[in-house]
Amino acid sequence: MTSHTLKKNFDKLKEKKETALITYTVAGDPDKETSLEILKSIAKSGANIIEIGLAHNTPIGDGKEIQNSAHRAISNGILVKDLFDIIEDFKKNYSTDIIIMTYYNMILQFGADNFVNECRRTKVSGIICVDLPWPENKEFAEKCKNNSISFIQLVAPTTSKERLNKIIKDSHEMIYYISMLSTTGGDLKSSPEEILKNYNDVKNIDPSKKYVIGFGITENTISALKSADGLVVGSVLCKEITKSIKSGQNPVTNVANMIVKLKNKIQ
Amino acid sequence: MIEIKKGIPLIDQHDENGFYAGKFGGSYVPETLKKPIEDLTIAFEKLRYDESFLKERDYYFKNFIGTPTPFIKLENLTKHLGGANIWCKLVSKATGGAHKVYNATVHSLLAKRLGKKYIVGDTGAGYAGKMLSMAAAKFNLKCKIFMGTKDISRQAINCFSMKSFGAEIVPVDSGSKTLVDAVSECIRYWVANCDTTHMAIGSTVGPNIFIKICAWSTAQISKELKSQLISYFGSVPKKLKLLNCVGGGSSAAGFFNEFIDDENIELIGIEAGGPENGKHAAPLTNNCKIGVLHGAAQYVLQNSEGQIEETESIAAGLDYPGVSPLHCFLKEAGRARYTSASDEEALEAFKLVSRLEGFVSPSLEPSHAFAEAIKIAPKLSKDTILVVNSCGESSKDHNIIAEKLGYKL
Ligand SMILES: Cc1ncc(COP(=O)(O)O)c(C=O)c1O
Repeated sequence: MTSHTLKKNFDKLKEKKETALITYTVAGDPDKETSLEILKSIAKSGANIIEIGLAHNTPIGDGKEIQNSAHRAISNGILVKDLFDIIEDFKKNYSTDIIIMTYYNMILQFGADNFVNECRRTKVSGIICVDLPWPENKEFAEKCKNNSISFIQLVAPTTSKERLNKIIKDSHEMIYYISMLSTTGGDLKSSPEEILKNYNDVKNIDPSKKYVIGFGITENTISALKSADGLVVGSVLCKEITKSIKSGQNPVTNVANMIVKLKNKIQ
Repeated sequence: MIEIKKGIPLIDQHDENGFYAGKFGGSYVPETLKKPIEDLTIAFEKLRYDESFLKERDYYFKNFIGTPTPFIKLENLTKHLGGANIWCKLVSKATGGAHKVYNATVHSLLAKRLGKKYIVGDTGAGYAGKMLSMAAAKFNLKCKIFMGTKDISRQAINCFSMKSFGAEIVPVDSGSKTLVDAVSECIRYWVANCDTTHMAIGSTVGPNIFIKICAWSTAQISKELKSQLISYFGSVPKKLKLLNCVGGGSSAAGFFNEFIDDENIELIGIEAGGPENGKHAAPLTNNCKIGVLHGAAQYVLQNSEGQIEETESIAAGLDYPGVSPLHCFLKEAGRARYTSASDEEALEAFKLVSRLEGFVSPSLEPSHAFAEAIKIAPKLSKDTILVVNSCGESSKDHNIIAEKLGYKL
């Protein structure tokens, strides 16, 4: 059995016919304490699932905005241990599902077993590993599953039909659909209709699982995609943090305001 | 103990998942790249045995690159050091001035076969970028080169060439502003443009298929050397040592390739030791831990958390925190020996080799290999043959060298 809470969370959303709003911010951005406050404000403002990034300094899948956030976090000395501290603190008062997103070398150096153990101890619901694709991820995904953690498979517009079938078969409750050929934060390249059409083709392979769309989702594009099970916003929030810092405003309230806006657009 | 399978090319020593010795290499890439990599793999594995493709490759290697490059004895240096006989494979005489031209040419031919109109690559010293731009101009491909801003300013001459060949240089200002950041940015660009664009990684690094294509291309160097050795000596000499600098490892992999099965021959890779009392770029010499960088598992400079560490070398082409899985494999199997030379030693080697052997003017990368030759030659018997791959021509480094040595230009 993988993550119980994630499944329950999605079931409840389905009952209420609600689209999951999934956020992504980086642990330690702009610093450890503030990033925890940001998570709390995100939860309070109505996000349904929270992704938290463990920054790596040679990210091959991230665009400028997330790179900036990662750079701030690493410059401020964020450690893997701090990530788990932040999650542990957060979980004292909030039950929102937490998913860690990172690169494989971070897990490898911490030790895959240690990493999964820490995730279980701090009640992490899932893990996304950008550069650990299927089938390379089979062993790690199994380890996650054995610890009630969802390993979240990614699928892309380039994923072949044959691969899709195999990936979805091996996936846990949640699958991440990459909307387009892009690093994180690019401008949407295709129309929302086209993205949804491809998305539905993927979803129809096994409609019992939950599929979320990410990459290129902004204030302007989110409402057109609301028929998805869930939508991930990351670069928009990282950009909000950057802007807040530059203009001397409070990133915690600015991110919270953005969440409210985004949530309204998919209601 | 890791065994090298006899009679199997170095680039085919990996398992079905692309791992050498079960732990180096692989293809740790975002899902988006899985399909383009699979397509490229299928195409390459077919084309490498395709008569018409090989004919095309050989045609361009011979007529455009000008192979074979010279194999010369360095009489003055040999006499000066008073030990082993020192020879040099003058790969810097290949068109463009470095071994990077082989990989660039093959990638451009592949891009044509794949029907791609755009090609992108990374560069550190600027040679990989210069060569890719040159080949792209010839084969009518639109070319973008990713290059760290530190390298753009220290290797300006090669940037001039890239611009002349009509390539766009994309400056990369993140991290250490060197090769590692250029490769990351190049891969990110490919993630977003893999439907129209071919990527040519500039060395034997990256996802396994790029390692294979690159080493297959530079293998030309050791094919030539083998027949040159036979024509000079009647057979491959028994007491033979091959010396090559190692950044990503494409030059060394190509230089060693034909000699892997002959264990009499010592293979020596020289990494960048960096400035004395400074950082380095020598993961093999310094027993760094295995990590994943740019899609492949390898020995890499990193902190205990898994963040890749910054490097330092006077030679932009060697200034890279990781190293080819092929060299990790050769080290682990005990087949090749790896050591490093410092910035200062490389400069001294440049000075000595240039003064004694005017025809050889090594760039700072192969100057590292000469530094090791200079170190070991006096201790070796006169019937030992050292062959140094002078894989790059020095003009790109004239400003750096002049400044260090106090010459007024
Ligand atoms: C002349 C020269 N030698 C060596 C290198 C190092 O690369 P590699 O180890 O792949 O040969 C470079 C890289 O730019 C180079 O330009």
